[in-house]
Amino acid sequence: MMAYRAGRGGGRGGGCETGPVLEHPDRRDRPERLTYLDHAATTPLRPAARDAMLPWLGERFGNPSGDHRVARAARQAVDEARDVVADAVGCRPGDVVFTSGGTEADNMAVRGVHAARPGPVLCSAIEHDAVRNPVGLVDGKTVAVDTRGVLDLDALDDALTPDVTLLALMAANNEIGVVQPVEEVAELVRRRAPGAVVHTDAVQAASWLDLRATVAGAGLVAVSSHKVGGPQGVGALIARPGTPLRPLLLGGGQERELRSGTHNVAGIVGMAAALQAAAAEREATAARVGGLRDRLAEGLLSAIPGAVRTGGGRGTPRLPGTLHLCIPGIESEALLFLLDEAGVCASAASACASGAHQASHVLAAMGIGPELGAGALRLSLGWTSTDADVDRALRVIPAAVARLHGVHDRRPAPAGRP
Amino acid sequence: MRVLVAMSGGVDSSVAAARLIAAGHEVVGVTMKLWGGESDTGCCSVSDVDDARRVAQQLGIAHHTWTFSGDFDRHVVDPYVDAHRRGVTPNPCIECNRRLKFDRLLRRAEAVGMQAVATGHHARIVTRADGTRRLARGADAAKDQSYVLYVLRQAELSRTLLPVGELTKAEVRAEAEALGLRTAGKPDSQDVCFITSGRGRRGFLGGRIDLSPGRVVDEAGRVVGSVDAVELVTMGQRRGLGLPGGGAPRYVVDVDVPAATVRVGPERDLLCEHLSLERVVWSAGPPAAAPRSTVTAQCSAHGSPRPARIEPVGDDRVLVRFERRERRVARGQSVVLYEGDEVIGGGIAA
Repeated sequence: MMAYRAGRGGGRGGGCETGPVLEHPDRRDRPERLTYLDHAATTPLRPAARDAMLPWLGERFGNPSGDHRVARAARQAVDEARDVVADAVGCRPGDVVFTSGGTEADNMAVRGVHAARPGPVLCSAIEHDAVRNPVGLVDGKTVAVDTRGVLDLDALDDALTPDVTLLALMAANNEIGVVQPVEEVAELVRRRAPGAVVHTDAVQAASWLDLRATVAGAGLVAVSSHKVGGPQGVGALIARPGTPLRPLLLGGGQERELRSGTHNVAGIVGMAAALQAAAAEREATAARVGGLRDRLAEGLLSAIPGAVRTGGGRGTPRLPGTLHLCIPGIESEALLFLLDEAGVCASAASACASGAHQASHVLAAMGIGPELGAGALRLSLGWTSTDADVDRALRVIPAAVARLHGVHDRRPAPAGRP
Repeated sequence: MRVLVAMSGGVDSSVAAARLIAAGHEVVGVTMKLWGGESDTGCCSVSDVDDARRVAQQLGIAHHTWTFSGDFDRHVVDPYVDAHRRGVTPNPCIECNRRLKFDRLLRRAEAVGMQAVATGHHARIVTRADGTRRLARGADAAKDQSYVLYVLRQAELSRTLLPVGELTKAEVRAEAEALGLRTAGKPDSQDVCFITSGRGRRGFLGGRIDLSPGRVVDEAGRVVGSVDAVELVTMGQRRGLGLPGGGAPRYVVDVDVPAATVRVGPERDLLCEHLSLERVVWSAGPPAAAPRSTVTAQCSAHGSPRPARIEPVGDDRVLVRFERRERRVARGQSVVLYEGDEVIGGGIAA
């Protein structure tokens, strides 16, 4: 029996001031540091989150629902974390429902509102599958976006009948990073469908935008811990007072009967610490990382013939960390393979459980055809990103694209054609 | 050498990867995501991707999943459905090898700098004195898969490795066992990956084309039975024709889908002396000007080789003359031509 080891990568190196040292996990170990440009998938654990969690992975423990000193101490940790989360999102502590992550929060929002108040449900055409699939399940409809990747307010105006019970619009898109007009839309919904709840998936936005201002009009807000530098497997749904909501999970009645199940104390504590750390450095990090991202964008767009930046434009804000490109004449999977070999971790931004890529509904909704969409590349920077990462990406990515373009031009005749 | 191993999640490709690593190659595993629909355990289900990934982890190599489902639909599934609509019996696994594994995958592997693609097929690649390569039968006669690989030509053979072709299936399993690979005891995959055992061919096709009831006639044109889906009837079939019992066995000898008519006859009507192949692929070009050279022709995945002489007709057709009368081959089936154990080419029964 093989001794259990959690992955292969963590044995050497150790931590450093700015974050974890990342190493190749495969046998083809290479000495250089990795260039991690997939922060939108997950971002490294912040030291503050790790420090907050460590006692709960060691000597401290307890079920917060109990009635003794050990339980009370755990309860206090969860309640203090709740205060921190409420402060970061701009809600009352009692509005925070801890969940297993962003996906659960999104599912709970859509299905929970629909169960409490059945009726027509709408979502933008570029929502994450964690929203889109539950909306599909309750026979909801999608509302178009324009070519920038921004919700089309005219289309929303047409779709918003007074009987609509829920509109889901993400705060910023996970693939292209385009920020959505949540406040404007919330105002429109208040006028046209006063009974409707606005749900916003703020999973990607939480690291970069001040949610207290940007999603104040949303009755429901989903956040995820690991996208802001907390641990994976924990998140929250903010349910403002008066929001009609039923639980997904029934059981012991934790979280004001809205989310049964023993609290993930270590995770909740870590999430709160990460949100607090992210908020404390938000402006500085956004400015710094935005500068890195802009340099990366300019460099790649000038070095890669035909590459186009996806969406945005005409004053549309994007998250500072996200750069999405479509590169004609290549396939994302082949490019990602070459980048991976060179130690550059990136994404095509749409993957399913098996790890296989599927056509992106976001690009399709923006009117980007399958041919250009086939060469999608998402580079997402985060709190640990450095100038050296950008330098390296600017060396590796254009070379990989050039290689793919070159090989494609002299590809061998295919096998045994009729 | 930098080798990309196509890992299906089965024991053969697992051992193929392990052998290449042991031989000192730089190996990367790729699982092709081909079919997005229902599947038994076929080559494309998530659990098979899981198995492939877990074996790659165990071997310490990188593993990627590449999606070719659009190409698979276009080049394998759609033609399969269309062939049935026309009453032709296709071989989708061969088309998958032709269009996906040894075209799409091979090209992408080359594009990303891999020097060869390896699979877990039971077949061998041998090099002749003149430097040309031939596909040869695998060491395990019962598991030989050279038939489904006849579409490989020099360009593909020179960039393909078949590391388990020299082993019997029992030896493959023993190696997997010795290495502690989780796929060591995994059952062999069966049949077509996109046809589930529950719904079968009928269920799959019934959702995609209109199946038409047909009449069954004898050699004199008398109606003797009926079928409820003429598109699903295959040459040589004996059962499911609604024929009265007793008498000499009768076989399907012709299927006419537009006329919704199946003709049956005694076994002698099923026999033929020659057979015309189209879309012929030659492993190393057409045989030199030696008409009527003697070969064996294998007419199904596990059929026995039949002695024959071949006469190429133009570039991509060949006439196969059997040395004795043989059962006819359903239109659409691949026929593979061997010299001894070596494939020289093959084509599709016209």
